[in-house]
Amino acid sequence: MFDTLTERLSGTLRGLRGRGRMRPADVDEALAEIRLALLEADVNVAVVRRFVERVRERSVGGEVTASLTPGQQVTKIVYDELIDILGTSPLNVQFASKPPTVVLLAGLQGSGKTTAAAKLAQWCKSQGRNPLLVGADLQRPAAVEQLRTLARSIDVEVWSQAGDTGEAGDPVACAAGGLAHARHAGRDVLIVDTAGRLAVDAELMTEAARISDAVEPHYTFLVVDSMVGQDAVATAEAFHATLEVDGIILTKLDGDARGGAALSVAEVVGRPVAFASVGEKIDDFEQFHPDRMASRILGMGDVMTLIEKAERVYEQEEAEAAAQRLVEGTFTLDDFVDQLRQLRKMGNLQSIVSMMPGVSDQVRNAEIDDDRITTAEAIVLSMTPAERVSPEIIDASRRARIAAGSGTSSAQVSNLLKQFTQMRKMMGGMMGLGSKRRPTGRKAARKRSKGAGRAGGSRTGGGGRATPKGASRTGKPGGQPSVADIDWDALDLKLPGR
Amino acid sequence: MSTTTVLIVIVIFVVATVLLGSLPFVHRARQRRSRPASPHTPVAVSPPAARATDEPVAVPTPAPATFSSGLASSRRTLRDRLAPVNRRRPDEAIWEGLEEALLGADVGVATTMATLERLRSTAADQGIVDADELVQALAEGMRAALDADRTLHATAPDREDATPVWLFVGVNGVGKTTTIGKVGARLSASGQLVVMAAADTFRAAAASQLQTWADRCGAELISGSSGADPSSVVHDAVSAAAARGADVVLADTAGRLQNRKNLMDELAKVRRVADREPGAVAETLLVIDATTGQNGLSQARAFAEATDVTGVVLTKLDGSAKGGIVFAIEAELGLPVKLVGLGEGPDDLVDFDADSYVNALLGVDASE
Repeated sequence: MFDTLTERLSGTLRGLRGRGRMRPADVDEALAEIRLALLEADVNVAVVRRFVERVRERSVGGEVTASLTPGQQVTKIVYDELIDILGTSPLNVQFASKPPTVVLLAGLQGSGKTTAAAKLAQWCKSQGRNPLLVGADLQRPAAVEQLRTLARSIDVEVWSQAGDTGEAGDPVACAAGGLAHARHAGRDVLIVDTAGRLAVDAELMTEAARISDAVEPHYTFLVVDSMVGQDAVATAEAFHATLEVDGIILTKLDGDARGGAALSVAEVVGRPVAFASVGEKIDDFEQFHPDRMASRILGMGDVMTLIEKAERVYEQEEAEAAAQRLVEGTFTLDDFVDQLRQLRKMGNLQSIVSMMPGVSDQVRNAEIDDDRITTAEAIVLSMTPAERVSPEIIDASRRARIAAGSGTSSAQVSNLLKQFTQMRKMMGGMMGLGSKRRPTGRKAARKRSKGAGRAGGSRTGGGGRATPKGASRTGKPGGQPSVADIDWDALDLKLPGR
Repeated sequence: MSTTTVLIVIVIFVVATVLLGSLPFVHRARQRRSRPASPHTPVAVSPPAARATDEPVAVPTPAPATFSSGLASSRRTLRDRLAPVNRRRPDEAIWEGLEEALLGADVGVATTMATLERLRSTAADQGIVDADELVQALAEGMRAALDADRTLHATAPDREDATPVWLFVGVNGVGKTTTIGKVGARLSASGQLVVMAAADTFRAAAASQLQTWADRCGAELISGSSGADPSSVVHDAVSAAAARGADVVLADTAGRLQNRKNLMDELAKVRRVADREPGAVAETLLVIDATTGQNGLSQARAFAEATDVTGVVLTKLDGSAKGGIVFAIEAELGLPVKLVGLGEGPDDLVDFDADSYVNALLGVDASE
């Protein structure tokens, strides 16, 4: 998600971050890179031009803060601009006091409206609501049937024209009928799926306006495919002129598209991205958090989402007990397997890693297969209970047996054991010190600048002069240990380029 | 210690152990992955010339006029954009205008830069200074870059006796099912016996949507139950078509995002099964939506790798999008654009015409 934008921007900005002072030429160079990164991410040309201009004005025009280096300042300005466009706060759906809350979905053909409608219905159900879906797409053959099939899987009723043939149906009457039915049947949310249309088709746009007039929606969401290119702006302008869009639903965000369309549309419409569809399953639908996305674009990690995901999966007492054992040094490989299983419930490994703050680009962009969890699990499960409690008894012959049992090699077994022991020691020490330890001391800063060197960026500044205490961590919950604090060097990493 | 800290520590601990426990493999996986991402790496696609010997399909070719008139609705000419610029001096403002025109049409940064670089040397060689001439030279250069063979093959190369299969692939929502309906209508109208395979067994009601199209053009539809193995549906359709002596099988597949490895593997299997006796894959057509941005290149690479794509169908070109991504796809990857979808009617599918396409993309008139 937004990966390449992240990569490009963080590459450019990292170069700036290390500098004590910045010349106008540096700003220009950074802005040129930012421009290319945004264009390659499909942000509209005109939007890019305005974005770059605003960043330039704010960078050159002052806003000097004593506590930030110029490089950090540009990072902050870009971050603020991103937030300004994507929306300063998440759009919280306020359910109407007099039900039903009416939601209208509009968008181009193939943007994923019907699927988004069903997913939104499921989301409403998770909020304790009782939604009704209206299939007002009488244009595309079998669109209503598609909606019905999806709705059946989440046990939500669909209202549509009796025949579903599409030929003679009147979508306006259909939508109005749905509203009346929702009132009658006591449904508190009404989600209207409309036919996909081309922005330039005046007739269909008029029809969309008539549907909107008939149901008077509380929320009109524009459904936008995250793979859309430059035309996103023209589309958004046309829909916004006709329907007055309240928010955006970004679909297919699980693809490898760079998603610049989100920036373009949000800028043009001036309304935030409200929801994002992140997978093929009906639950793969979440509220969009602009600040988190901006952090992510700039490679600052996405700790909040990570914590939310973790909270959903872990039992608090269990987690605290496990943490306690970590501190005491009694955390066993059995505990490790338990944790692995919890981790798997949080989603795929790659997405978890990408949310971690301070992870180097190499690790972040590496193709991380979920098989890794399976392999680690297999190795531990091939050990005897005694070995799991005290791994130090594992000698060469035991190692060979474990490797054979788990279908791995002796080297893999010993590598896992080595990492386990070292991580346990380190985490124990870290947690033992609690939150008193500030993770951004001289040592951490030095490590970060090394990280930049590894990533192929120029080695800037010398020694500990690079990052002042705590500066680059603004906006993140302070005091939490991050991957940046791990002494990657001591762990004998084999990263490319070393 | 707060709960959140505890959670984060545990998650980081587990992830770090797993990752570090297997890091050398990360390194290798990364190298493997970075190779196809390089814009200069050729994709394993058979050269179109190798297929030139096959017999072309006898289908009525609509007038190219339809093509440009379908595009006329919303285009803003490049000439309008460049109007305020001094026409006698191709200074940086003109080059910027050209750059924005190409970028704004979704041609993409790399292809735009390469195209303009070539134009700069042409302009220097021929001493072009006039803005209009520059635009004409640009159009000429772009037309020259679109030189792939666009023949639609009625039979598979070297397997003329087998039942030919046209496989339609692409990401979600680009218009695969609608395209099959239109291709079916076109082939039926030219007197061919068409069998359609509803191998999109994932999307709810995809088969009924295709049934509507099959009914319209008098084709037979073979479908499986929802969630059935798409390969088996294709196999059944090919067997049925062979038994009936049908001229062609049009196989629909479920839309899939190209970064989903298991789904791409599934698609590769569908292609292998379709290519087995009594069938033979004659065309694998990648359907691309004209509104698609730079992700189109990633789609083309991934689908070409998985299914040996033989051509591109550009859909929804009747909107305001210019579909510049297919220029990048053909110019950089050598995948020919074969068909263009211009609307919702059964007849709104036309052969791709490089001249009209470039003229529409740049907003220039060929008659000048």
